[in-house]
Amino acid sequence: MKVKALCERLGARVLCGTADGEFEGVYTGDLLSRAMSRVEYGCAWVTIMANINVVAVANLTEPALIVLAEDVIMQEDALSAAQENQLCVISTPMSAYEICCAIHEMAGE
Amino acid sequence: MMSDVVKFHFDVDGSDFSSAGAASVSVKKKLRQLGYSPEVIRRVSIAMYEGEINMVIHANGGTADVEAGDDKIVIVLSDKGPGIPDVELAMQAGYSTAKDHIRNLGFGAGMGLPNMIKYTDDLRIDTVVGEGTTITMTVLL
Repeated sequence: MKVKALCERLGARVLCGTADGEFEGVYTGDLLSRAMSRVEYGCAWVTIMANINVVAVANLTEPALIVLAEDVIMQEDALSAAQENQLCVISTPMSAYEICCAIHEMAGE
Repeated sequence: MMSDVVKFHFDVDGSDFSSAGAASVSVKKKLRQLGYSPEVIRRVSIAMYEGEINMVIHANGGTADVEAGDDKIVIVLSDKGPGIPDVELAMQAGYSTAKDHIRNLGFGAGMGLPNMIKYTDDLRIDTVVGEGTTITMTVLL
C-alpha cells in the first residue's frame, strides 16, 4: 500500500520524510518493549507516543512509517532525530482504531 | 563471512533518556556493515536495546560490550546499579519496578527481560544487590 494514499485516507500531514514509499502490515501500540518485538520491517506503526525513544525503536525495527494518532505532535528533539534517520512520520486527527480500520479498508480495495 | 571476532565497546549514559538506545542503534549499523543476516541483527538489536534501556532506567548507565564472530554474537551489559533482588520475579512478563515518569515515556511494560530471553539463545544474569548487574547474552548464528 502506498503511504501517499494512506495520508489522503487519514487526512494526515507529513511531519518528516516523504510520502513516496509503500508499507505492508500494521502494528499499533505505545509500550516500547512491545513495539520493539512486534513492529515489523516495512510496516506502519500506529502510536500516540511521540518522544525520542520512539525514534530509537523505529531505527531498530525499521517500519516504513510512524503514524501518530489523535493529532499528536512530535517533540522537537524527536523530530530532528527522525529527520536525521530519514524516517517517515505522519500525523492524523484519527484515533488508532480509526486508522487501523482505514488501513483494513485500503487493504481490501 | 569473517574469520576474526569483531569487538565493540560503548559507555551507556544513564542520565539522559534522549540518548537511550544509541549503543544498540550503533551496533545494528555495524552488524549490517559486517554482513550479518537481518534476522540475526533484529534479535541482537531487540535484546541489546532492552538491556541498554534497563541500565538507563535502573542503574544510571553502564557499559556494553559486543563480540561479533563467525558462529555467535555475545553481548555483555555491565552496571554498578542496585542489583536485582529477585531475579525470578524480574523475569516474569509484565513485572516492572519502573516509576510513573518512566512509564509515561513508554517504558516499564515489564517485557525487557522476557524479550531478552525470547530473542537470544542464552542469557546469564550475574547480580549482587548493592553492587551491580552483568548480563551476558548470546545469539547463535
